[in-house]
Amino acid sequence: MAPLLSVENLSVSFDTDDGVVHAVDGVSFQLEAGAVLGVVGESGSGKSVSSLTLLGLTRSARTTVTGRASFDGEDLLAAPEERLRRLRGNDVAMIFQDPLSALHPFYRVGAQLSEAVLAHRDVSKQEARDRAVEMLGLVGIADAKRRLDSYPHELSGGTRQRVMIAMALMNDPKLLIADEPTTALDVTVQAQILELLARLRDELGMAMVIVTHDLGVVASIADEVAVMYAGRIVERASTETIFDAPEHPYTWGLLGSMPRLDALDGADLVPIPGRPPSLIARPGGCHFHPRCPYVREAHKVVDPELVAVEDDPAHAVRCLLPSATRRRVWQELRAGVAPERARTDVIEAEEGER
Amino acid sequence: MAEALMEVRDLVKEFPIHGGVLGRPVGAVHAVDGVSFDVLRGETLGIVGESGCGKTTTARLLLRLLEPTSGSVAFEGRDIATLSRRELKPLRREMQMIFQDPYSSLNPRKTIGSIIAEPFVVHGVERDASARKRHVQELMDLVGLNPEHYNRYPHEFSGGQRQRIGVARAIALKPKLIVADEPVSALDVSIQAQILNLLRSLQRDLDLTLVLIAHDLSVVRHMCDRVAVMYLGKVVEVGDAAELYARPRHPYTGALLSAVPVADPRLARAARRQILTGEVPSPSSPPPGCRFHTRCPKFVAGHCDVDEPLLTDGDPAHPGHLAACHYPLGDDEGAATARPAA
Repeated sequence: MAPLLSVENLSVSFDTDDGVVHAVDGVSFQLEAGAVLGVVGESGSGKSVSSLTLLGLTRSARTTVTGRASFDGEDLLAAPEERLRRLRGNDVAMIFQDPLSALHPFYRVGAQLSEAVLAHRDVSKQEARDRAVEMLGLVGIADAKRRLDSYPHELSGGTRQRVMIAMALMNDPKLLIADEPTTALDVTVQAQILELLARLRDELGMAMVIVTHDLGVVASIADEVAVMYAGRIVERASTETIFDAPEHPYTWGLLGSMPRLDALDGADLVPIPGRPPSLIARPGGCHFHPRCPYVREAHKVVDPELVAVEDDPAHAVRCLLPSATRRRVWQELRAGVAPERARTDVIEAEEGER
Repeated sequence: MAEALMEVRDLVKEFPIHGGVLGRPVGAVHAVDGVSFDVLRGETLGIVGESGCGKTTTARLLLRLLEPTSGSVAFEGRDIATLSRRELKPLRREMQMIFQDPYSSLNPRKTIGSIIAEPFVVHGVERDASARKRHVQELMDLVGLNPEHYNRYPHEFSGGQRQRIGVARAIALKPKLIVADEPVSALDVSIQAQILNLLRSLQRDLDLTLVLIAHDLSVVRHMCDRVAVMYLGKVVEVGDAAELYARPRHPYTGALLSAVPVADPRLARAARRQILTGEVPSPSSPPPGCRFHTRCPKFVAGHCDVDEPLLTDGDPAHPGHLAACHYPLGDDEGAATARPAA
């Protein structure tokens, strides 16, 4: 069976006054019906742009999109705007990161929710309104009927995001692209929403792409995870592997940066030094090399490919270090060794042997 | 036990709701409704809770950026809630705030140097321009900014660097107390870790007392010595962080802890999640009795919805671990909702 969503070598660049921004650079992934892919990365990693591009939301005269993307056998990148408009909000729905700018400030919530149904289905206004009340209830908004008459500015950030989620679910989509769906929500509500999304996937067979910076969110819901950095997927694996046996230094950095409830007292976080590169003038060689504690001279010049590791075809890593070396470093890090020390222990020891 | 730097007693803040054609007050949002706690000298106190629980209002009341409706906030024994503006000004030097949004909390028309120097100007210290510049550059260095960027503007900095600017401004006058309202929630994970490590090392080095307002329980666990959990304008549980996270007493705390996504897929899927139903009721008409009773898994009709529980000591073995619940979680129940150790 062909996958529901298939993306091949997708690149997106924006021509700006400052130069060409390489927002997405050669991204490939596939998603089966009912499966959940977590796309993890920090701001500027290209995770949002890749999902926006799939729905034709980055199209403009100054945007260059190359590669291929097909949804349910349909070519998304070549589809005319009219066709995409019928797809969006219907078979493919999207939840955006910023609920305030995604909701129209002049219209009541009820009108905006009803519109989502009325645009795609032949239903009466009352039916659309009833559906809106039902969906608001589903996402945990109390007093849903009265909320229909609220304007977005009258709602808290959390409630606004829930309205957005309700709107996306109005037409029972086959694919839900959720860009930071729970970032604006409280933990107890986040737990409700994640459970709700998991239930929708199970009951409706809804596939999901969850774009997030929060590894905790993907751990609980995703089947597979793609870690993005500077416009590229740097590591892709099953969710278990990403947490148990990650092989990319950036993934290690993300894991080390996260405060955890089960962490030992007084343990300092291990942040990634520096900050993400400019996407206009990306560093040569491996894009992560300026922040990588394990960099070798050659890595500043040679550009790594996303290559599957030897014994796990589902696990691909874009790193120039040999897999065996990466595994040794991860063992050290996992045991609580600091990155500088792990470098001395593994990388420099190996160089000494040569 | 360390002495209290700040004592908060029965603090109440109501925001009137205006309605009708004449805009008369028709009700009130009880944002903070009778909150009492101490902030001990040198500690990091975390205040956690969901949106609308009153944690940010509490933060602002602590610094009297809002006028309390009633109650007292004593800083080193002086009730700042009743001081006049003039009496308050010298105390403002001792108490600083770090804001959530590093974009809107810095004036875009001012250079970084003058933003960080602003507290000196306001309080009339470091009047000599060259000494002031030197001092600002020391601060920049301390928080990990390049002192040569003194003349740059906020838009030239990334979110994490802007938050460092906010931190530099907050520590400029060597305050005794810093209230940080969601200092890292707007930042990327890797940057967040940098700022958290910075706050921790500054706290150790400068002997600061820190009140950290956050919704992220992992951040609070990582940073705090003691934690106060708020729900609908009330503190429902307060205690030593390790103890409270290991053995939550209040069912709300238990539910909060179990709701935190765990970055470990096996644990995440195996965990017995206690998912609360419904959402936080409106603070304009809070439920009678225990405010949590509408969502509480241990709700007992006729008691919880009538009688409001007070913050009390549950276990003599852990003095200072207080919970406001008629039917607190036992050790095994509490531990079940808490996270298994790695």
